[in-house]
Amino acid sequence: MNDREFIIGSVIFTIAFLIYWIVGHPYFIAERIVMFIAIIGFGGTLIFYTRKAQRGEDIFLRTIPGLKAVEEAVGRSTEMGKPVLFVPGIQDMDQVETVAGVIVLGHVSKMTARYETPLNVPVSRAIVMKAAREACKESYLIEGRPDMFHEDMVHYVTDEQFAYAAGVNGIMVREKPAACIYMGKFFAESLILAETGNSIGAIQIAGTASQAQIPFFVTACDYTLIGEEFFAASAYLSEKPELVGGVKGQDMIKLVIIGLILVGVVLRLGFDMGIININIMELLAAK
Amino acid sequence: MNIEIFGAWVAVFLTLAIFSFLYKDNPFYKIAEHLFVGVSAGYWMSMFFWTQIQPNLFGRLWPSSQYSESGVWYRIYDLLGVVAGNVFPDGGIDKGHDLHFIYLIPLALGIMMLLSLYKPLNWMARWGIAYTVGMAAGLRAYGFLSSNVLGQVKGTIMPLVNTELPLFDLVEPSHFNNLVILVGTVTGLLYFYFSKEHKGVFGNVTKVGIYFLMISFGASFGFAVMGRISLLIGRFVDLLKFSGEQYHHASIWVLLLMVILLGYSAYKEKENPEV
Repeated sequence: MNDREFIIGSVIFTIAFLIYWIVGHPYFIAERIVMFIAIIGFGGTLIFYTRKAQRGEDIFLRTIPGLKAVEEAVGRSTEMGKPVLFVPGIQDMDQVETVAGVIVLGHVSKMTARYETPLNVPVSRAIVMKAAREACKESYLIEGRPDMFHEDMVHYVTDEQFAYAAGVNGIMVREKPAACIYMGKFFAESLILAETGNSIGAIQIAGTASQAQIPFFVTACDYTLIGEEFFAASAYLSEKPELVGGVKGQDMIKLVIIGLILVGVVLRLGFDMGIININIMELLAAK
Repeated sequence: MNIEIFGAWVAVFLTLAIFSFLYKDNPFYKIAEHLFVGVSAGYWMSMFFWTQIQPNLFGRLWPSSQYSESGVWYRIYDLLGVVAGNVFPDGGIDKGHDLHFIYLIPLALGIMMLLSLYKPLNWMARWGIAYTVGMAAGLRAYGFLSSNVLGQVKGTIMPLVNTELPLFDLVEPSHFNNLVILVGTVTGLLYFYFSKEHKGVFGNVTKVGIYFLMISFGASFGFAVMGRISLLIGRFVDLLKFSGEQYHHASIWVLLLMVILLGYSAYKEKENPEV
């Protein structure tokens, strides 16, 4: 589908929806119109920028300091002849952070394959183990080192949060990895892992969107990818146009949201002062 | 020695064994770690099976409410019952569910995941992963949009002119607090704007955003540390309780034994560092 067809399709959809709305919109829950418009608008923006990226158009993303550090960390491990430890969080593949973590793992495993550095990935969920193995296997194949890949480099520890933390701590103090990379969804075990990694003198890079755990990683790690930086990093590293375009699309959505907030504040100000009659809060109260 | 006292001794030993990691990696910690990892892995597997797979999957495929001895479907069930009677009890599974053949899909996906053990068919496991990721993305999109986007917009549109609110109040809503929320949200959002370098005026604005983020992280850190301290106090309260005569001074004896053994091990290590 080219741009022209995409625009024609969008216009046809809009006209069809307007006609449907005018004739009484049967089966449509009218109170959810705000959500409907938001989904269509945001979805459309993401599709637009994803297509742009797929066409090979230049999409600028600013450099994220933690990204360069990943390469440095693997390089340091190679120089020291020590393994790289990658922890993809403690949640399943239904969490977007875990998916992003596995994407970053794909990139890290490419580097470990290139530099012939041992990689150790302890996981706490069976599905994550399978996905992480697939990611590593693909990376080693791409780098032309399938001989170096062995399934045990991604191994299951346990589902239990603190037992997993204890197991990973044990791996850290015994194997003494030169680099510890934490990318995924974390809970209270974050500080336990990061403190142990710090005590063994490993270079530590963390990335998570778990709001309550970011402070611990900021405190104990050398670099931390905060919240959306982590998702942008995974998109950037994957070099997949649909992900890079997605980040750009989300940037545009952020601008729209900021605009909405500012317009909303002005409208509310006007309503509170009795200048205008539109109550923005009532409008947004629709589900 | 009754079971309560025995349990107290085990609890004391495991607590102190985990604490001994603060000294260094040692055999006590290794025992506790391996025990914890092994027991929890087994426990979770058993838990998942008996709380999810058996009642929610098998219980919906062969519910006792629709059991019939003559039906082909329940003949398969009876056959399975011969192999594993406690999983497939006589007369169907009574968990209050009705028969839903749609649950054959998760059953098939589960079997596909298990096929990862069989090399020629291990590619099938990808279907399970694809389903999990796709389902979660679709299911959560609405919720995230509603709470994280529209909810945030709604929460940030604060009244800046309202005679009922005071100009400044640290705890209660005030005009100053509303302004802080507005500026913090907008600058915080701009910090996560990746299409432009953080330079010039834009750089200064995003710097304000990161200051807001760091202040919130600091507050969150302090709050979490307080929570951890209460957990530590909880363990110490137990250790103090178990050091009483009722438990034969378990905490004191185990602590003494550990200190002596670790001290002896450190002494031997110093004498013969190669061992």
